[in-house]
Amino acid sequence: MTDTLKIDNLHVSVEGKPILRGVNLTIRRGETHALMGPNGSGKSTLGLVIMGHPKYEVTAGTMTFNGVDILDKAADERARLGLFYAFQRPVAIPGVKLADFLRHAATNVRHPERKEGEELMPMREFRKELKGKMEQLRMESEFARRYVNDGFSGGEMKRAEILQLAMLQPKIAILDETDSGLDADAVRLASQSIAEIGREKMGLLIITHHDKLLEHNPPDFTHVILGGRIVETGGIELANELHTQGYDRIREMYPDAEAANRQMVEKEEPVVA
Amino acid sequence: MSTDILSPTIAADPVGEINKYDFHTESKPVFRAQKGLNAEIVSQISEMKNEPDWMRQFRLEALEIFFSKPMPKWGGNIALDFQDIYYYLKPADHQGKTWDDVPEEIKKTFDRLGIPEAEKKFLSGVKAQFESEVIYGSLKDDLAKKGVLFTDTDSAVREHPEIVRQYLATVIPSNDNKFAALNSAVWSGGSFIYVPPGVKIDFPLQAYFRINAERMGQFERTLIIVDEGASVHYVEGCTAPMYSSESLHSAVVEIIVKRGARCRYTTIQNWANNIYNLVTKRAMAYADATMEWIDGNLGSRLTMKYPSVYMMEPGARGEILSIAFAGAGQHQDAGAKLVHCAPNTSGQIISKSISKNGGRASYRGLVKVEKGAKNVKTNVVCDALILDAKSRSDTYPYIEISEQDVSVGHEASVSRIGEEQLFYLMSRGLTEDEASAMIVNGFIEPLVKELPMEYAVEMNRLIQLQMEGSVG
Repeated sequence: MTDTLKIDNLHVSVEGKPILRGVNLTIRRGETHALMGPNGSGKSTLGLVIMGHPKYEVTAGTMTFNGVDILDKAADERARLGLFYAFQRPVAIPGVKLADFLRHAATNVRHPERKEGEELMPMREFRKELKGKMEQLRMESEFARRYVNDGFSGGEMKRAEILQLAMLQPKIAILDETDSGLDADAVRLASQSIAEIGREKMGLLIITHHDKLLEHNPPDFTHVILGGRIVETGGIELANELHTQGYDRIREMYPDAEAANRQMVEKEEPVVA
Repeated sequence: MSTDILSPTIAADPVGEINKYDFHTESKPVFRAQKGLNAEIVSQISEMKNEPDWMRQFRLEALEIFFSKPMPKWGGNIALDFQDIYYYLKPADHQGKTWDDVPEEIKKTFDRLGIPEAEKKFLSGVKAQFESEVIYGSLKDDLAKKGVLFTDTDSAVREHPEIVRQYLATVIPSNDNKFAALNSAVWSGGSFIYVPPGVKIDFPLQAYFRINAERMGQFERTLIIVDEGASVHYVEGCTAPMYSSESLHSAVVEIIVKRGARCRYTTIQNWANNIYNLVTKRAMAYADATMEWIDGNLGSRLTMKYPSVYMMEPGARGEILSIAFAGAGQHQDAGAKLVHCAPNTSGQIISKSISKNGGRASYRGLVKVEKGAKNVKTNVVCDALILDAKSRSDTYPYIEISEQDVSVGHEASVSRIGEEQLFYLMSRGLTEDEASAMIVNGFIEPLVKELPMEYAVEMNRLIQLQMEGSVG
């Protein structure tokens, strides 16, 4: 059976405010999905909810991975099942070397039955693999000695996320604006890297504003999210249309969703004095 | 060596390790003073040690000062009955010259602390203090040839009385504070180091201290003199077994760093949860000298400890790196003092504290710039990490500046382990406990990376035990 993440009528709130209002989405391993939408439409929320962020409250709907309900599972359990979320804004973990963190993470994800305190994967094996992956991503080996996301530039953060993706080899990966903050060359490198990691081995949900990331990763499906629900799904031509023409047609066609979206944006981004 | 991009693993130890520091070897003291404190007991201690008359007088004067001083009204709550403590034990009647001479029981304790292995691997000179007396020590020959003196302070009083008399209590006089007075009256053991001019010791000198008798105070007295242009790194580690009744540890450490010299003093203390750890540590740094304190405090019921550097002459530098971990029932009142007495001196304090499971960590620090100390630069950074809602962190920064031309920086941060940090690590497959431990280890990394390798590993292990010990 193909590994499948299935989301059905998902409603999600934060502090009592609804953000997702009935999302339906199915992602199978080997498929590439693009998720597009204007600011505040719920794109990142969907990604974080799939990964199990405790801040979000699921008020209705279901989410299963290979038929098993995962809504009650903590983020680490979801990671061990094979889910991955590349953060739009990864947090710094000062004092923790990227290599040490990755060795621990890779061990847990590859050996979901591992108990706390049990051996990590052999150092030699891990180091060899990490070196190979870093070369593939054209990263200096020095980078692995730095503290996780601490003092990283925007571009370095995104590359570190891609390195983690490459090392953890998930079944389903969500890339949340992995192209933002990168210049054109860096985006091209990132998208090539994702393609090299093996797009066909993963189910990908690419959250993006730009078409560059999709250049090497043409989506099988494009979803448009507005006001907390997916209002339209198409192929690559839909992504192309949104890139060239923006969201005006979508906003006009789905006035209810547009109204909900406007309300969410106002709540989310109060006027800064 | 291959290019190693990995640091040593954060120890995630099997359960067996947890009890490693919680054992008690039956030891039979050869001599034990009676409980309590008076002039007779102090004289008896001096007599047992065959001390010269000046030292007996020093002790007796200090005892008077101790009785005359009130208990400090700040810091932590000290619930001690001074008359219910043994002030002196001597577990072996002579000092072991080689490992074979060391009594079997005591060896067992050291074996469990891993000292012989550590020595084989790494140490060139070990001074290990078991209860009140240094019972085992070895010093590498070439150090002796260079004129370096490294011995227990009791032996130093007998063998190098002129140096001890010249420097003892010049940095911390008996009347400095109540506990310095107590230590001066009943002190026993501790390390004495003299490094002659220009001699640079390129490996750390180490000592292990250990309290191993119920209700027994440990009052070691350490005196380090680093002569002009010389350098030394002294490392002291403490682990104590668990006991049910109160115990007192009150040390005095005095350091003199002369012109152009350098001294680093590293301490990792992991006391049992019933121990009062009230320690006075102070260094005087002269022209262009550098003094560094690295001070790690785990365990104890109450720790009050503020390593200080007095910068006496131009160009002196003081650096203090302090870390405290307060778990259930523990209060760490730790910090640092920098006193700039001369122009063109510079200092830095970095303090990190962690409180968990109801523990309380306080930073208490002083930066003082005396009149005439122009062009002083000093910087204080204190970060606190609070792991749960039951725990507490306070900051008491005191700044006294009597000069205009100075640059004094102070930054303080208090953070809780962030939901976002936990989520980030958990989204990569780490359990919540693993993620917390990783964040804590990262938080103290700036201190741990300054430690010699074996201490770094031990420090990570101790943190791990603290994290595990407080679950539930």
